[in-house]
Amino acid sequence: MAKEFVARGADLELKQIRKEFPGFVAIDNLDLHVPAGQFFALLGPSGCGKTTSLRLVAGLETPTKGKIFIGGKDVTSTKPHERPVNTVFQSYALFPHMSVLENVAFGLRQRKIDNPLVRAKEALNLVQLPHLADRRPQQLSGGQQQRVALARALVNRPSLLLLDEPLGALDLKLRREMQIELKAIQMEVGLTFLHVTHDQEEAMDMADTVAVMNLGHIEQMGAPEALYDRPKTVFVSKFLGQSNLLVGEVTSSSANSISIEVAGNKISVPKARAEKHKGKIAIGFRPEKATFLTKKPASSASTNVIGPGVILDIRFTGTSNQYLIEVPELGNITVFAQNIGQSPVIQLGEQVWISWAIEHSFGLSDLPAKSEKA
Amino acid sequence: MAFTAFGSNNRSPSNKPRRTGKVVIALLAPGLAYLAMFFLTPLFALIMVSLETPDPAGGFAEYVPAFEFGNYANVVSEYLPHILRSFGYALAATVLALLISYPLAYFIGVKARPWPMLQKLMLTLVIAPFFISFLLRTLAWKQIFSNESWIVSSLQDLGILDQTQYVVGTPFMVIFGLTYNFIPFMTLPLYTSLERLDTRYLEAGSDLYATPAKVFRKVTLPLSMPGIISGTLLTFIPIAGDYVNASGDFLGSSSTAMIGNVIESNYLQINDYPSASALSVILMGVILVLVSVYVRKSGTEDLL
Repeated sequence: MAKEFVARGADLELKQIRKEFPGFVAIDNLDLHVPAGQFFALLGPSGCGKTTSLRLVAGLETPTKGKIFIGGKDVTSTKPHERPVNTVFQSYALFPHMSVLENVAFGLRQRKIDNPLVRAKEALNLVQLPHLADRRPQQLSGGQQQRVALARALVNRPSLLLLDEPLGALDLKLRREMQIELKAIQMEVGLTFLHVTHDQEEAMDMADTVAVMNLGHIEQMGAPEALYDRPKTVFVSKFLGQSNLLVGEVTSSSANSISIEVAGNKISVPKARAEKHKGKIAIGFRPEKATFLTKKPASSASTNVIGPGVILDIRFTGTSNQYLIEVPELGNITVFAQNIGQSPVIQLGEQVWISWAIEHSFGLSDLPAKSEKA
Repeated sequence: MAFTAFGSNNRSPSNKPRRTGKVVIALLAPGLAYLAMFFLTPLFALIMVSLETPDPAGGFAEYVPAFEFGNYANVVSEYLPHILRSFGYALAATVLALLISYPLAYFIGVKARPWPMLQKLMLTLVIAPFFISFLLRTLAWKQIFSNESWIVSSLQDLGILDQTQYVVGTPFMVIFGLTYNFIPFMTLPLYTSLERLDTRYLEAGSDLYATPAKVFRKVTLPLSMPGIISGTLLTFIPIAGDYVNASGDFLGSSSTAMIGNVIESNYLQINDYPSASALSVILMGVILVLVSVYVRKSGTEDLL
């Protein structure tokens, strides 16, 4: 077994992975490539197969079909202890019968690395817990345990570090702190991080690349900004932030844009931002990209307008007001307005029109389910 | 199982107000009365009898109260081989029971977790022998290994035993019987301890480059230590005082007599009550010392 530490992270490749459990298929035909040195987030709701994917990479599960490569080497049939991978478990899984320092030194001792305790102390310095080295894990708070788990994994300098929702159990403030710290550590050590989470803010905040996973397959993958700006499916548009969706037949098409007709309103989307150019399609826009007007605006080639609608609900969230507007035949539309001291004074029940720039629309490849309110 | 509490410090919630009302005394009274009547009084009586001397005016098996500490020196010098043999057999049978029970308990408590029906079935099988009398089962083993049995004749034919060697009455047979009879007392505490073993620790161990053997030694074994401690105590203590398996009527012979057999014959056959009592007190004292050293050494207070 190699006794040297790797200088940098390795890339990870999953090819045609399928994982069946008795009675159901957790992952079907998953292809994934994580470039070396990246902070990669696998984002999805619980039960989407993201934790199973992580366990497959760690070697704790074997794929029913498909191959796994780490740094170009096929590791599909190797045992967990032979893989250059370490995991920060969701439950942390710190050994209760060992001190914090012994927990961190565990992996080093198994690999017979010189001076395990010295290196373990350095790792505890990195996560700022050197003063707790002699404690037992159960004497630490959740945030401290999380950092010990991180140190226990990082100290081995794995080619690939797997994080299984390690921040899930922490309160919001601590979670933000840990997110910043984790990102800083990743930049410092230059390892490949594969982070599994259901928290979309966490994924967008920390990751270089986010893969949105649903029902055992990847819906869309890309930089957080790109994913947010142009979701391609209904699921991504709803899971990553909020979206208003309008469904209609394509009625007209120009060189640059296509339009649908909904409840007497013409809604356009640039062709380059639409997945489908024909038939029945869903066009969406983000609530913060829209504004509302108390008078029907003059029609313009660069904006979409719907309305009139009635303000159903106003929610004050601190940084913004969230308005819920009921538009006849279209359902409820959400609009966010920043509280920058000049928001229009508007009351419940008032009639408004909603407008947004055409280039902020996005056309999706699928349609929302019937029961789903657009 | 309550026995997992051996040696562990009971952390009582001290922030709760202590209730020292009449209710508490009323609730404790039956237990204390029971202990006084059925433990402290007999213990005191036992110690008093162990110091008695023969009645100079009386006849056979009549004794008068005295403080004859020489009784202890006499029984130790006379029965030292039996005392040592008892603890030797107890140690051997306990180790054998542990080696047999651990894989069994691990299978029931960890490997069979996806099949609760199998777990229940196997636990029932572990306990099932208790439904048949302990004496009958021990006698059955005597039959199975009797001099005329096909097992013994096959062993003799194979040359493992001489034509004049037999199994019943040997130390092997006694240790075998002791192990067999006390295995459930080892398996059950081990099972309760392993059943709660969080397999995520094992996964963490293998994720941290430990081979399966290392994971067992560094994670599984230390985490199941409370079960090992209570299991070994629950077998070692009764085995050390057992007088059935080693008796000539069952699996043993005069050359395998343990301290329990000596107490029995002193008490019931030669009616030497002071010697029998002294031996009982010695047995109790040695067990107490061994157990407290063992619990200290094994450091159960470190475990959870």
